[in-house]
Amino acid sequence: MTDGFQIVVCGSLVPDPLQTLEPLTTPQGPGLKNEMMLPSVLDPWSAHALFEAANLTKQIAGSKVYLVSLGPKAKLQQLMMTVAQKVPFELVAVDGNASGFTDAHEAAAVLAEAVATIPELDKNRLLVFGGCASASRDAGVTMQLICERLDIRDFFTGVDEIKVQPDGSFEVLERIESGQYQASVCKGAPAVLAWATGNLPEPPNNPQVGMVNMRAVMPALMKAKPAKVGTGSIAYEKTEVPAQKRATRIVKDVSADEIAAEIVEWVKQ
Amino acid sequence: MKILALFHTQDDGSLPKASLETLTSAVTLKEQTSGTLAVGIIGKGATGAANTVAGCGAESFLTVSSEAVAQARYATDTAAADALIKASGAELVLAPGTARFTRCLPGAAHRAGAQIDTHIVSVKADGGQVLTQRWFYRQRILGSFSRTARPWILLADVGVNAPWQGTEGVADAKEVAVSFDEVDMRTSVSGVRSPAIDAQTIKPDATVLFVAGAGWTKKQKDGQFHIADAGVLIQDFLQKAKASLGSSKSLVDLQSEGQETLSFMTHMNQVGQTGSTPRHAKGLSTCCHGEEPHAVGWRFINERRAINLDPNCGWAQGKADVVYVGDAFEIMTKINALLS
Repeated sequence: MTDGFQIVVCGSLVPDPLQTLEPLTTPQGPGLKNEMMLPSVLDPWSAHALFEAANLTKQIAGSKVYLVSLGPKAKLQQLMMTVAQKVPFELVAVDGNASGFTDAHEAAAVLAEAVATIPELDKNRLLVFGGCASASRDAGVTMQLICERLDIRDFFTGVDEIKVQPDGSFEVLERIESGQYQASVCKGAPAVLAWATGNLPEPPNNPQVGMVNMRAVMPALMKAKPAKVGTGSIAYEKTEVPAQKRATRIVKDVSADEIAAEIVEWVKQ
Repeated sequence: MKILALFHTQDDGSLPKASLETLTSAVTLKEQTSGTLAVGIIGKGATGAANTVAGCGAESFLTVSSEAVAQARYATDTAAADALIKASGAELVLAPGTARFTRCLPGAAHRAGAQIDTHIVSVKADGGQVLTQRWFYRQRILGSFSRTARPWILLADVGVNAPWQGTEGVADAKEVAVSFDEVDMRTSVSGVRSPAIDAQTIKPDATVLFVAGAGWTKKQKDGQFHIADAGVLIQDFLQKAKASLGSSKSLVDLQSEGQETLSFMTHMNQVGQTGSTPRHAKGLSTCCHGEEPHAVGWRFINERRAINLDPNCGWAQGKADVVYVGDAFEIMTKINALLS
């Protein structure tokens, strides 16, 4: 490979997993109570995709990472305070609704357009990364729709590994049923990879990386184009948190022998 | 309403169980809508597979069985699915949420001018409207909705319906021609990698899911780590109870951070947050606090029990049926002895 990859990671914000989520109805469709106040994180699968992208740029000279992120501008700015410290990237921000109740087709259209309009994008060097699903909509369709809109024919999902060869071809491992992997070989870019968790840990915060990133992040946020992302053709009847609180029986001050006997009886039933 | 039940074959030419589950749903929907049903099958041996469900009441059977779709490759599967959707003229497409279809059907939706929804847990017709349900925000919020767009593709979650049972016969399947070009063949599937038989810890068909949390790798009451002992105890239980193994995110993350942990565990075992949402009948959580990110993957586990040193852990707050307050090392040792 001579020129390296242009790796465009698509990732949006989702509520911090420790938050309590309560649905409500808004004029635009279902939403979350106090949604704009909820702390956000970069969607975990997209985050793994971002870390894998950065790892790939270390291996393949001349490669660069872009992060295309859809969300309300103010929340994206907060999000970037942490994400920007992780790995180097160039942000392409899109100001719009990142709710899990929006239509994936509308979100994909907006994201694909944002990818396509990155200056000097070379399709022969393009890898589009993202999460195999999201912690909000959790549909697992957005990356395929982006793939089609960009007229790319090679797509992989549930990816945990990519190994690039000197000629630019690569092997990909995708999660399939029963804890197995499907191994495939692709002739090279362009391709779209929707990541599972990969094999890399979350990088520690790096203030130097953060400072370099934030110099470009703030202007990118300023020029974020507004995008209309709504519920599309979905007609919601209701959204609810089913009452699933169980009457937990707490067994304490009982010997390990008695506990073990009870569990074994339960397992064998 | 024209309904298409869309399936793919497995390596041996048979239909996966998930397809038969979807067929149950499709047959029911046909009755509810007074519609018509077509069955479409992609893959090697598709004609033979059609014969195994010939008695389902479908008016037509369509196949794409060329060499190009003998492997689960996005470009060729997407083109094949698109062709079957168009050939059938379907307004509603029901398909199983297998790995192969999760990969390709969203792309096929785009090409066919369709809209798609996944992880469907319920679909029914009522007064001309088709109403579905799926979970949002990692199984925290249940949404009920319909779409006006047609065609509409619904990928059903595996394990939601009972598998169709009926008579085999001669389906008289019609092969739909699909032309694939060179660009569709840039990817080749080189094989499936499975863990060694004795190392296979993910068992979707097991009755019990055993989930290990990061507490197994912490210092124990004697101030020492006992990670090797933890590994032996857990693997012993898995083997004796024929259980499936799950893990919290924090436990598998320790491995990628270079810390000593349970070597037989990978991110594939993770349940919750960025992991799976399995459907085992029983789940036993050990050394895991049961906070929301842990518990979100337990939505479909019917009976839940937990072993934890903390009587106020997340599991005790209505997330489990029983919490046993005790030392997991001690309790699991005794469990394994009783199971011997």
